[in-house]
Amino acid sequence: MTIDMSQFYQVFFDEADELLAEMEKLLLALDVSDPDSEDLNAIFRAAHSIKGGAATFAFNDITEVTHMLESLLDRIRKGEMALTPEHVDAFLVAKDVLTMLMDGHHHGASVDQAAVDSVCQRLKALSQGQVDASAAMATSAPEAPVLEPVQTEAAPTQNAAGEFCYRIELPEVSQKDVDALAAELGLLGTIVQEKLGDGRSAFMLTTTESEDNIIAICSFVLDPDDLKITHAAASQAAAPAEADSTTDETSADVAAPEAADLNSQVPPAKQEAPASAPAPAAEAKNLGRRATDKEGSGQESSSIRVGVEKVDQLINLVGELVITQAMIEQRINALDPIVHERLLNSASQLARNTRDLQEAVMSIRMMPMDYVFSRFPRMVRDLAAKLGKKVEFITRGAATELDKGLIERIVDPLTHLVRNSVDHGFEMPEKRRSSGKNETGKLTLSAAHQGGNIVIEVSDDGGGLNRDRILDKARQQGLPVSDTMPDSEVWQLIFAPGFSTAEVVTDVSGRGVGMDVVKRNIKAMGGTVDIRSVPGSGTTIAISLPLTLAILDGMSVKVGDEIYILPLGYVIESLQPVAADVKEIAGQGKVVKVREEYLPLIPLYQIFAIETQFTEPSQGILVILESEGKKAALLVDSLVGQQQVVVKNLESNFRKVAGISGATILGDGGVSLILDVAALLRSGRQLNANPVFF
Amino acid sequence: MSYTTQTQTSLNQTGDGSRSEFLAFTLGQEEYGIDILRVQEIRGYEPVTRIANSPDFIKGVVNLRGTIVPVVDMRIKFELGTPTYDQFTVVIILNIAGRVVGMVVDSVSDVTTLVPEQVRPAPDIKTAFDTDYLIGLGTIGERMLILVDIDKLMSSEEMGLIEGMAA
Repeated sequence: MTIDMSQFYQVFFDEADELLAEMEKLLLALDVSDPDSEDLNAIFRAAHSIKGGAATFAFNDITEVTHMLESLLDRIRKGEMALTPEHVDAFLVAKDVLTMLMDGHHHGASVDQAAVDSVCQRLKALSQGQVDASAAMATSAPEAPVLEPVQTEAAPTQNAAGEFCYRIELPEVSQKDVDALAAELGLLGTIVQEKLGDGRSAFMLTTTESEDNIIAICSFVLDPDDLKITHAAASQAAAPAEADSTTDETSADVAAPEAADLNSQVPPAKQEAPASAPAPAAEAKNLGRRATDKEGSGQESSSIRVGVEKVDQLINLVGELVITQAMIEQRINALDPIVHERLLNSASQLARNTRDLQEAVMSIRMMPMDYVFSRFPRMVRDLAAKLGKKVEFITRGAATELDKGLIERIVDPLTHLVRNSVDHGFEMPEKRRSSGKNETGKLTLSAAHQGGNIVIEVSDDGGGLNRDRILDKARQQGLPVSDTMPDSEVWQLIFAPGFSTAEVVTDVSGRGVGMDVVKRNIKAMGGTVDIRSVPGSGTTIAISLPLTLAILDGMSVKVGDEIYILPLGYVIESLQPVAADVKEIAGQGKVVKVREEYLPLIPLYQIFAIETQFTEPSQGILVILESEGKKAALLVDSLVGQQQVVVKNLESNFRKVAGISGATILGDGGVSLILDVAALLRSGRQLNANPVFF
Repeated sequence: MSYTTQTQTSLNQTGDGSRSEFLAFTLGQEEYGIDILRVQEIRGYEPVTRIANSPDFIKGVVNLRGTIVPVVDMRIKFELGTPTYDQFTVVIILNIAGRVVGMVVDSVSDVTTLVPEQVRPAPDIKTAFDTDYLIGLGTIGERMLILVDIDKLMSSEEMGLIEGMAA
């Protein structure tokens, strides 16, 4: 029985990422003058859990940094040391170093050893600097119970959680078996592995299971007769005792004000001690049982990790159910409501349940925006400090949920926008003061639902966009502009490639790369970007995204007997043209005049060879579409309606079809094709002239 | 499931005396057989959604419990009989290399078990199918089945079902 530890790496990295993010969030929220002991405990627990995990996988560099971090935090939360802004800074740097180390192990990214050393030095200096006398003792103390386990033969004593503590001495077996056993036993409770002098290993196991069960598990690997199990309750009891004595000695050494502070905080520290004491050497501590650390504060995590494929499969199945339900509904609508009253009632209940089920399942893929927002406070803080600006960062609607696929893709564009706001949006403090504003600028990041969309806004109360400068710059770059352009169009100019109005190119932003990428990325997600700006009072950039990629707002149009779906995002308007507005251009097809603008006419019936009686533009409906700045008028027979459709991939069983981006299933179970508007506009005429197929 | 399928194919090819089962169907006057393990299900013909600018033997796509599945009509492809669509028209849903394809045939008769001795190599005669796509001819008493290598046929460039397979 062997266990390949590498299969657990991903779990560790995922967890550690979350813990680090959590740690950073808490650190930033920490009030240095009056830290909340709960928060300090939470930060400590995060550091501690990472350390435990890192030790399990023998990531010694991570263990080392977290160990120092943890020791320092432990003393702060016990009140042995006052928290200062330097501490917070050092912790943040340590968090970055940990992230880097984690990347190093995970993706093989390069590790800046100098940074690791410097943060170790810094943490060491901080822990020694203030409480010299007790420093050595305090750091060595937590390890004491492990180095010298108390081997008192005592009757099994139950601790508060109804757990017994056993000491299990193993005979000489291979390290692989020891690890395997440690992992198995770890499932029963908290396990601490230690090395005995003669190459054997021993475990300290805290569990609610009986001795028989432990023997049963061990007998998979070795002969139970070789096993030596003792009730080691005393060692558990010794741990808090050790900790207490350390605290006592420390308090004797430190200056009076700190001692007074300490006394008031000792009780919570004592409660924490039993749980944390055995952990520093938790070499084989099973990751899954990390929860034991949290029991003290009652924050049991109630989430489970599930593969995305499983969730997607569930969503697909529910999608089918919804369609089937719609089919049933359609069929029974033809029945006599009086004769079939009960059937109809049941069907309408089915409809309700199906809808609820669909919503519930869709919500599994949803993640709160907090996942994205939480990474900004730190960035804003660092950036503002670097630029000498004062910025207050506010988030609103962090609980708003968005599809996981989208949330991961929104991070980069949003990061760019936030950077831009801090760099260009806000004026320097002096300038703000002179213009009568608060020195500290306000940067607001908000998310809210609006219909089927989520709207994310980055807004600052800085100087606003400078219309004249943007127009000047646009002219220099040869963009077609005029002085009478409406503001909204002028603002859109900043999304042009290579456009930057910043006077100085800083290392933060101003190179002009970016805004166009932001816009492109958001477009690719099916979203839009809007800018509102008032000179002197700030700029708001609003991103509007569909809630999920799998659902699309569509307009269904009819040509002949066929129904096609147009993604609503491309549709500007639809109209019935007057025959006089349609002009023929020799050999180039037709154009239509819409409000003084000539748009190429794309007859869908012709491109897709559909039989229809409406071949004259004036008989049908023109849908004006826009993509990539190009407009065109699509000729269809009639508009059917607007609806949300579930996008299905055509290529999974078939091939790419020119002019079609996907398919969807209609309420009656039939298939309808979704038009690829961008491709239609790009090559409308080529498609028309010589069909690309066969 | 795909695993067992592959095992079966290799057994067929090594011809170690194992029996293989074939689904027999008719196209026009001829009776054909395909490896039963490629068949996912058999359905009646439902209206399809036409795909513009595709060859006429590709009837279009249908919704098969939430998946979009292309449907090809073998009668049009191989110019056999008159393609009529009524309640007796049958669509064999095939699962080939993880892709699902519907195939319209005139009728499905039965599933026959053939031992390798019953399979004769296909003579170089002109059938509707190119001999490249034939495994051989199966004989059961008076009946003769034209055994089609449906994997090869459906993945062929000629069918145009799968993009870039030949490239």
